[in-house]
Amino acid sequence: MSNDTEQAPAEAQAPAAELAAEVPTTEVVEHELSPDTAAPVPLRRRRSRGYATWGPPLAVAALIIGLWYFVGAVILDPSKSYLLPPPHDVIATYFDPNLGPEMFEALWNSAVVALTGLAIAIVLGVVWAIAMNQAKWIERSLYPYAVILQTIPILALVPLIGFWFGFDFTARVIVAVLIALFPMVSNTLFGLQSVDAGQRELFTLQRANRWTVLKKLQFPAALPAIFAGMRISAGLAVVGAIVGDFFFQRGTPGIGALISKYQARLNADPLFASIILASLFGVVVFWFFGWLGKRVVGKWYDFA
Amino acid sequence: MAITEPAATTTETSTLLDFRDVQLTYPNGTVALSGVDLTVERGEFVTVVGPSGCGKSTLLRIASGLEQASQGVASVATDRVGYVFQDATLLPWRDVQSNVELLAELQWQTKAERRAKAKQAIDLVGLTGFEQHLPRQLSGGMRMRTSLARSLTLDPELFLFDEPFGALDEITREYLNDELLKLFAAQRFGGLFITHSVSEAVYLSTRVIVMSGRPGRIVESFDVPFPMPRDPEIRYTAEYAALVGEVSHALREGHGA
Repeated sequence: MSNDTEQAPAEAQAPAAELAAEVPTTEVVEHELSPDTAAPVPLRRRRSRGYATWGPPLAVAALIIGLWYFVGAVILDPSKSYLLPPPHDVIATYFDPNLGPEMFEALWNSAVVALTGLAIAIVLGVVWAIAMNQAKWIERSLYPYAVILQTIPILALVPLIGFWFGFDFTARVIVAVLIALFPMVSNTLFGLQSVDAGQRELFTLQRANRWTVLKKLQFPAALPAIFAGMRISAGLAVVGAIVGDFFFQRGTPGIGALISKYQARLNADPLFASIILASLFGVVVFWFFGWLGKRVVGKWYDFA
Repeated sequence: MAITEPAATTTETSTLLDFRDVQLTYPNGTVALSGVDLTVERGEFVTVVGPSGCGKSTLLRIASGLEQASQGVASVATDRVGYVFQDATLLPWRDVQSNVELLAELQWQTKAERRAKAKQAIDLVGLTGFEQHLPRQLSGGMRMRTSLARSLTLDPELFLFDEPFGALDEITREYLNDELLKLFAAQRFGGLFITHSVSEAVYLSTRVIVMSGRPGRIVESFDVPFPMPRDPEIRYTAEYAALVGEVSHALREGHGA
């Protein structure tokens, strides 16, 4: 401690060296505690949890398939077995040269509709939320319509959409957008408004303009919420694309059109196969945006 | 009547902050501050203690222009004002380096300028080697130091501190107090430091101001006689203890009033 007084003159001349030199003594403890543990934690957690993550859902899947076989073979009257074809028959249809290509092509068409709709919903939703975040009066003017978008029965709009935009691709995309838009608007708005008051004042003190605040503070702060919104919207866009298929069957309809065709023909194997395909696609899209979110903000935010 | 101006009163005394009869009344009628006279000269480190909710932080908010006095004159004679918040307020997606560069970036300084300033400030607070760390990888004390470094890039003449070490543990706090004193010795800014720790107030400052409970008024002011590269050992002397006792006493009286 007496060192301090002795070194005082030197310290005034070279405070930088002095302070830096003193760091290790006190800081070593902190280093060992924080940076070393903080960085590798996600990795370690992921590795050890691999089994625990995949185990339970796989067990449930096995249980469902078992139940499926059981109901089909034991409970269901043989004359009604078409109501629940055994899983292996369903899976076989993917390799059937008459059914497989048809289903995968339809899935591709649906994917194009869903992803186009999703892209439009993301852009529109983020812009809408940013506009609302600019002033309270804009938020008050526009938010009710975002809510209406969410509460309006989409099926009630279907005839109108067909009437205005025809019965093909455009109409299907519009259905996907309408269904997927609200979570993007509400999540982005929530994210933009979640900025810490102190951080906001930091920018105010430097007289940062609106655009700078948006670009360097609000938008990055909103990214986790935006990605959470994307994940929800992605699933909904797939739903929208399939719903659209049921009503707008011109052009190159997707998996929804196939589902309604197989249903009309009581063609159980491909019916089940295409339902599963559509569901799997939804899961993949949901998972993809979760992965993307983790990639982009996972470094600084615990993206669930 | 309410004025917060970068006044042209930079006279020889170099008064950096000059509050005259400053009052702040919120729209709902609450009087946060009343009749505050306060000056901070260059080379002075003024600490304000007072019960919570007495408007201590409001002083800083007025000084920085975040809030306007409703009466009186609050003038600040420099535009290089550093403000260290209660929380580190780091941007969690930026690493230490770019967090420290932020203020210079907001002032549209060039990349080279920003780099150089940030490097110097990071050295000064002893975070060299941690430039690439994200705030979440740092301890509370290191985060606060990053925040300090960020303000240092402004090369402030007037430095405002709003209970910056309040959330830290005792050891880290004492350590950062010493670091801050070294910075003060090296940079000779004018400091206005808010705290609710009397001991910290006496240790850090050249003058301690005691405020009363709401509405906040200044009830007493103590000059701290200890010389300025300050020896940590003074904390264990009788004179130090006596001064801490006096300040605490004034604080209690002001609180009762």
